[in-house]
Amino acid sequence: MRAWAVHLAVLAALLAAGLLLPGYHTTNLARILVLATFAAGYNLAFGYTGLLSLGHAMFFAAGMYAAALPAWHWGWPAAPALLAGTAGGALMALATGALALRTAGVSFMIVTLMFAQAFALAILYFNGWTGGDEGFVIPSASRHLFGTSLAADTPRFLAAWSLFALGLLLSLALVRSRFGRVMVALRENEERARMLGINPFAAKLKVLVISGAWSGAAGAAYALLFGYAGGSFAGIQYSILPMLYVLLGGAGTTLGAVLGAGLMFYLTEFASSVTSAWLFLVGLVLVVLVLFAPKGILGWVRARLWRELP
Amino acid sequence: MTTTSLFTPSRRRVLQGMGAGLATAALPGHVWGQAAPLKIGFQLHRTGIGAAYGRWYERTTTAAAAAINAAGGIAGRQVEILYEDDATDPKRGAEVVEKLAGPSGCDLIMGTLFSHVVMGAAPRAGELKIPYLVCSEGYHVASGALNRWVLQPGITDVRAQISTMAPWVASTLGKKVTMVFPDYAFGHDHRDFFTTAIAAQGGEVIAQIAIPPTETSFTRYFPQIPAETEVLYHVMVGPAVLTFVKELGEFYGTGAKPALFGFIDSLEAVDTASPGLEFLEGSHFWEGHCRAKPADAGEAETAYRAAVGVDDNGASVSDAKDVSTYAHMFSCWETLYFIKQAVEASGYAGPADRQKLVEAMEAVTDLPEGAERPQGPMRFDGKKHQAFGVQNISKMEGGKLVRVHQTTIEEGLYDNDTDYTAMSF
Repeated sequence: MRAWAVHLAVLAALLAAGLLLPGYHTTNLARILVLATFAAGYNLAFGYTGLLSLGHAMFFAAGMYAAALPAWHWGWPAAPALLAGTAGGALMALATGALALRTAGVSFMIVTLMFAQAFALAILYFNGWTGGDEGFVIPSASRHLFGTSLAADTPRFLAAWSLFALGLLLSLALVRSRFGRVMVALRENEERARMLGINPFAAKLKVLVISGAWSGAAGAAYALLFGYAGGSFAGIQYSILPMLYVLLGGAGTTLGAVLGAGLMFYLTEFASSVTSAWLFLVGLVLVVLVLFAPKGILGWVRARLWRELP
Repeated sequence: MTTTSLFTPSRRRVLQGMGAGLATAALPGHVWGQAAPLKIGFQLHRTGIGAAYGRWYERTTTAAAAAINAAGGIAGRQVEILYEDDATDPKRGAEVVEKLAGPSGCDLIMGTLFSHVVMGAAPRAGELKIPYLVCSEGYHVASGALNRWVLQPGITDVRAQISTMAPWVASTLGKKVTMVFPDYAFGHDHRDFFTTAIAAQGGEVIAQIAIPPTETSFTRYFPQIPAETEVLYHVMVGPAVLTFVKELGEFYGTGAKPALFGFIDSLEAVDTASPGLEFLEGSHFWEGHCRAKPADAGEAETAYRAAVGVDDNGASVSDAKDVSTYAHMFSCWETLYFIKQAVEASGYAGPADRQKLVEAMEAVTDLPEGAERPQGPMRFDGKKHQAFGVQNISKMEGGKLVRVHQTTIEEGLYDNDTDYTAMSF
């Protein structure tokens, strides 16, 4: 009960912040929540199940293009585009996971990276359809949800918050379910889980598909909320970003993704305001954090203050 | 304990106040009446793939702002440029636009070069209703893909640049052209626009060789060049360009070879006399603005180079190895002067006048050559939100580019359906 209360309180606080803060921060928060949804999906695979993927940019971009291409070419409205994006991420995870999960550990990381690179190059190759590296602007007519324009600050924030809230509560329910314990068992000792009658391949594929759906929904939401889709979102940095968010906030904690995404965003904002070498400053902070809090901020909280933190 | 207030000041407080009053009175008269500065946000590629361009875009803009401020500013207001690094990334680019328009309090934003960053940030500029003047040369503005708040007044777009090259190439170098280009949007623009333009001149692209962006060696592509090729049109960019030229030289050796024609984008910020580039001797390049100072350069060109700190070879006056992105960076200088012209014409006083400012920009037509436009005269098309200027063709002689031809503005004009003035704000 306490865990649910804490999560609902966090959601309420985020909602209040988004509605009360000035427009600039409302938009920042919308972006953070979309990226946190992406990181939450990554966290299910990496943080809870131990699947170290370097290919999640592929799921994010698959969702982005599954939503943005029908909007661009055929004028789809936001709601079906968002569903198509979620399905796009899940299907991409199913297809690549079925092959990549035949490997494990470092091999899995490399295979997912290779799939992601191939997907990124395919986006460039089919430039006529995808807009290639330059990308394209989403038509404003497709950026309406239930009759409201997603280009305005408050509706954009509310859409992002709703997506994040849904993802967070589903994540919490998932990790506290029996299957959630299977995920942790696979992370901690796959052989022992197998001896308990769990099919590791099927369970991991299921996690990867859920993770892909989360990532795809985030990619679709990013395109529809901010009006742009482009090949750069399929690049390697968008596989590394959710990993950084999760490591910073706390891998294997449901709230770690949003904490990490928020801290990284405002760290970048702050660092770029004080120095032109902002990338160096951001990198330095991350190195310090990894050295002194290797389990992330909420990992540290779980170890020291609240053992039951989900 | 002693306390003082405005009504019972201490002797020290009175003396401090008198001193401050005398110091203020001694300030020059113009400081007294000075309005708040005009704040222009600059979306800068300080890091990422566009960093070489960003370095020179910053220097050029700083020099232009200093020149404008020394001459009294814009509408009596000093210009303040706020640079913000976008890491040449569209996501960060959109965030930078929000930051410059929001907490930084900029009146307008300028300077973006890379097309994907423009595309990623333009929707946010439109939503925030802030003028967004890009220095990108992409066709994205004139194509009508963006919104009413995005303009490109300082550099000709790539469609016009490419189209103006075709008449000279067909009449001087040959009519059977093989194109080698990177297999992504930049290369596809060249492929599509040049193929059409050369056909209009009675020429023909007889082979199109697309090079995947991950390629690091090019030898295996060269046998695809047809033997009857008269002109090899190449637009490879990035670090691999040196390998490309070297391997092309090894492929042809000392035997007969087609005439080479390329875009200087391949060699921006690269010394054309670098070892490995010898094979380019005698070949021709498009240049937006001639890197090597032409013999007939006027006062405006000389003053521009001096202000930015570029020598006659196009390198930094303080470091001959620091080669500029000369063919493109003039766009920052000319965009800032375009802003000056529009702000003064519109009577812009603050963010509430932004719509009026864009309408004043759309009303601009002729942009004559001079100190404001050292690259040459331009014509602004308010419907397309795009400027059109003269282009240069230079020949590599002794490792140095020498201008051999200059196109007219009219050669670059084209028709399309774009009319931003019919679009709502």
